[in-house]
Amino acid sequence: MADDPSVSVLPNGIHVVVKRDCATCVMVAPLLMQLQSSHGITIYSQDDAVFPVGAQVMHDADLSISWHNNIETVPTVINVIDGVEVDRTVGWLRDEWARLFDLPNIGDGLPSYRPGCGSLSVDPDKVDALRAKFEGSLLVSRRVEIASLEDEMEALFARGWTDGLPVVPPTQERVMRMLSGTSLAPSDIVAIAPPDLVELTVEKIAINAVMAGCLPEYLPWVIAALKAVCTDEFNMHGVLATTMPVGPVIVCSGPGSRAIGMNSGVNVLGQGNRANMTIGRAVQLTIRNVGGGRPGEIDRAAHGMPGKLSFCFAEDEIGSPWTSLAVARGVATDTDAVTVFAGEGPRCVTDQLARDPEQLATSLAATLLTVEHPKLPLAYDAMLVVGPEHARVFGDAGWSRERVIEELHARLQLKGSDIVRGSHGMAEGVLQKYEQLTVSKFRPNGILLVHAGGGAGLFSEIIGGWASGAIGSEPVTQLVTNVGTQ
Amino acid sequence: MTTAITMINDSPARFVLDPTSERNPSQRQILARPSSLKGLTVGLLDISKARGDVFLDQLERRLVGVGATVKRFRKPTFTKPAPVDLRHEIAISCNVVIEALAD
Repeated sequence: MADDPSVSVLPNGIHVVVKRDCATCVMVAPLLMQLQSSHGITIYSQDDAVFPVGAQVMHDADLSISWHNNIETVPTVINVIDGVEVDRTVGWLRDEWARLFDLPNIGDGLPSYRPGCGSLSVDPDKVDALRAKFEGSLLVSRRVEIASLEDEMEALFARGWTDGLPVVPPTQERVMRMLSGTSLAPSDIVAIAPPDLVELTVEKIAINAVMAGCLPEYLPWVIAALKAVCTDEFNMHGVLATTMPVGPVIVCSGPGSRAIGMNSGVNVLGQGNRANMTIGRAVQLTIRNVGGGRPGEIDRAAHGMPGKLSFCFAEDEIGSPWTSLAVARGVATDTDAVTVFAGEGPRCVTDQLARDPEQLATSLAATLLTVEHPKLPLAYDAMLVVGPEHARVFGDAGWSRERVIEELHARLQLKGSDIVRGSHGMAEGVLQKYEQLTVSKFRPNGILLVHAGGGAGLFSEIIGGWASGAIGSEPVTQLVTNVGTQ
Repeated sequence: MTTAITMINDSPARFVLDPTSERNPSQRQILARPSSLKGLTVGLLDISKARGDVFLDQLERRLVGVGATVKRFRKPTFTKPAPVDLRHEIAISCNVVIEALAD
């Protein structure tokens, strides 16, 4: 059977797909022989070319008939009239077969019902290869051959495609499987990837998601995060080019983040969760490989930080006393979204003694003051990841998200005389003209509050930002859409 | 012939999909050229045309004379590009390749 799907369109008549390795197919085999005589049915066998013995059998050896006709169960009976499928039944259900063949007493002596068996065309061991074979022509990326004596992991390192860790080789089979995670077409362009300003197709994202170790259900999250970082507001080009140690911090929100198993709890900013680690990594690999953003080239970070491999986590919405970050940024409740923030590595705020919200807010503010430098206000945003034990102090006191942020700002009003250049023995600081003024450490929307972390530990985490606003980077929130059927 | 690599391999070809923007050629760029061949391993690839070996034998003597080590390779047929396995074998076992075509 050729690969051309057109040859797999069934002609008019009744068709039955079976396999010998199926008790239900074996049970109906004598009946199929009768139906071939009486109704001229066409029998396709997936495994044994001479099953049923004595019948005229088409051997669907390459499973193209089964694949192109979406056979999931054997036996499947399909009736085609005028080139169109008008009826289908799966397994053995006497009433269904009686109706389809217009034979009220069909299969006398057989039980009234037997479920079918799994079609070979959906066998987990075969399905990836079949998808690549029958649908792989959708992919247009260059095929790169690896020599048989070449170690494939080393080959991918040698081509400069990795972030310094091994990647999963992006074979056609794996990429096709990855693409099942989205309803978008491989050729769809979802963003323009900096710094080379390359049209970013779903196919290229899927390839890099395979390399990062993603599962197909993560792909819509990777796509959403890439859409967000490739906006002019987020300014991925600048985030790469800066000498500061920042990268995209990806916060995932909504029920889908839990459905794909993301971690919002113990070790939330650390290792160990596949979705957290690989979604962020896929974003960075895509920017590296498609956009061309490589360290030492466009990426000019003086130090960088480990989170530039991947920095992605989920909000703990279930245990939070507050609305989520996504909802605070305008997303409807229970909607999947990602928020990207140009951030540096996290640092811990320890306060194990504060039992009232005022004291805790003062502690958090004192540490937030040090973002980038205690004497540099307004230029940087910060993400504050409040742990559940700290959040409980605020929640028990009835402080809303807005109240917490307001109280933090109130504690972060700086006297100009304290932060002008040269004051307190430090050359760094603001211009002398601010000496008599009061200056806010952060702009009004410059503190992003997230609830996440393990249930034990009176800690929160601060993720310092990069040049904020139009001169640098704005946080961007993007809905997660086009989830695939898989 | 001193050495011939026999390219017999039953395992299927392995391909990966290019994850890049494909703005650069898929082949890697050539390295800087050495100032001397002394002590280096030079691969000579016989493209399998008649009497090519006569020429390459002469070339091998000249190269050995200047202190190079020579390894000989042979394409299965002159009508097709060298198989990826053969290119890989040459790449990992030689320091230098002399690129030339003769007929």
